[in-house]
Amino acid sequence: MIHLTAITRVFRMGDQDVRALSGINLEIASGEYVSIMGPSGSGKTTLLNVIGLLDRPDSGRYELDGKDVTDLSETEQARVRREKIGFVFQSFHLVPRLTAAENVELPLMLAGIAPAERKARVDEALLGFDLRDRAQHRPAELSGGQRQRVAIARATILRPTALLADEPTGNLDHRIGAEVMALLEGLHHAGTTLILVTHDRELGARAHRHIAMRDGEIVADEK
Amino acid sequence: MKLRDTLHLSLSTVVSYRTRSLLIVLAMALGVAAVVVLTALGDGARRYVVGKFSSIGTNLIVVLPGRAETAGGFPGAVLAQTPRDLTLEDARFVGQLPQVKRYAPLNVGVAELAAASRLREVTVLGSTADLLPVRHMNLAQGSFLAQGAEYSAQIILGAKIAQEFFPHGNVIGQRVRLGDRRFLVSGVLAVQGESMGFNSDELVIIPIDHAQALFNTSSLFRILVEARSRSDIASAKEAIRDTLKRRHDGEDDITVITQDAVLATFDRILRALTLGVAGIAAISLAVAGILVMNVMLVAVSQRTSEIGLLKAIGAPSADIRLLFFAEALWLSLAGAAIGFALGQFGSLLIRLVYPQLPAWPPVWASIAGVTIAFVTGILASLLPAARAAQLDPVKALAGR
Repeated sequence: MIHLTAITRVFRMGDQDVRALSGINLEIASGEYVSIMGPSGSGKTTLLNVIGLLDRPDSGRYELDGKDVTDLSETEQARVRREKIGFVFQSFHLVPRLTAAENVELPLMLAGIAPAERKARVDEALLGFDLRDRAQHRPAELSGGQRQRVAIARATILRPTALLADEPTGNLDHRIGAEVMALLEGLHHAGTTLILVTHDRELGARAHRHIAMRDGEIVADEK
Repeated sequence: MKLRDTLHLSLSTVVSYRTRSLLIVLAMALGVAAVVVLTALGDGARRYVVGKFSSIGTNLIVVLPGRAETAGGFPGAVLAQTPRDLTLEDARFVGQLPQVKRYAPLNVGVAELAAASRLREVTVLGSTADLLPVRHMNLAQGSFLAQGAEYSAQIILGAKIAQEFFPHGNVIGQRVRLGDRRFLVSGVLAVQGESMGFNSDELVIIPIDHAQALFNTSSLFRILVEARSRSDIASAKEAIRDTLKRRHDGEDDITVITQDAVLATFDRILRALTLGVAGIAAISLAVAGILVMNVMLVAVSQRTSEIGLLKAIGAPSADIRLLFFAEALWLSLAGAAIGFALGQFGSLLIRLVYPQLPAWPPVWASIAGVTIAFVTGILASLLPAARAAQLDPVKALAGR
């Protein structure tokens, strides 16, 4: 499903070039549950951004579902992101002025889905994530766990093939974090490819495949 | 994203940033209202002046003796006037022209009016019966100078004169003395106020022959001519000039002013004035446009991570650009609509406070004000919208 070949990403920091990714070769099959771990600056978030088509590699080749997506136009990349990839962020990234239901509805709106169908799908998602009674609340009126559930509902509303989670429990206490992980793993059991970036060894250990990174390179890839 | 959703989402953003939106809308609205009210004032002044001028007569041509022209010879004679007078005979010839409907020769002077133990100096107009229709004058009581009765010693009093000399009414038929002559009051003018430099409430009108005798002159001050129709004015003007030139031994020594030309001049001047004030008001709209741009640029930097999120969940740059563009559209629309309403209300207030001033905003000004608001608002959104669309999603998500 995801096939990266010799991916390199270099950032310019002042007058120095920093290699965030250095010749990454990686293959992730459909339905896998992968954790990417490593110290700060090891390149794990950059790798996740490249996989999620948020960032473009400086060199190398990226195939997604058998199609080369390395040099897609900005608009095409946006379409692929919308259709195939869901993001879950540490800081939730909810739009503060929109209600929980409206936040979940956003990807459907971007996909041009009709309002009636949108409403039905949002209702179903909110019900599935136990958020029905919080539908009309704004993010500021929700707890951390509820916010992350809204974010997961938004990330999965278009039924993506891959769910990319960057420190999804980083802003949550242990109990709520475990609940969120259970939700994500439930989605994985339903067939979604789950790629998890984390510092937390215990959390990373729950994945079926563990990738360790250091200095922009993959130093371990174990199942 | 569908256009309807773009408009809906941008409207909800505009509504949620209430204070910011209100300030922009207020700036826009004041600009539009300024255009509407100031042009209403300018155009009202134009209509008022033109209306006043029109009220003194229809298809009016004024013939003046003399012709201003450059002369040489000795210092102090830069402007010379020919010495030939306009006479009653000249006026009769003018009156016989086919383009002329009627005419009124005019003499003006000042004399002492005495009656009922009262005395004052008054402006005296000497003319004929046709002065009444030519100058659109109205009588309050009695009758005007009788047709063909130029020699009869009748006098028409202005409204204020009649009131001062005969405060208890009963004016018609009273005897008055003007200079060294006696007159019989045959009519009183209706209150009209000042026009064409005369306060018609404070003058008296006597037959032209009496006036010429009273002032010991055979020359006329003016000949007021009414052309048969508007289209006859130009040819009447030429015919008058030709006729009088022939009568004055081939000398073109008169000045002919048409009411149309004066009206057109006033119209042009006041239209230019209206355009001028509209232009000044439009500058405030441009300033409002800059405010929109400033606030939208701030909004882009405040909402960087939101833009990043929209990109992460699959919004192409075009959608982001349209969202910001639509926000400016809503703000401009609200500003233009409120400004238009404020402008109409302001014009109504002016009309209520100054009923004589027809301060109706011209349609072109309202359309121009609203259009400029739209265009400036939309133009001002282009840069912020482009900046938002160009944000790098990774950096934007990090709020950078």
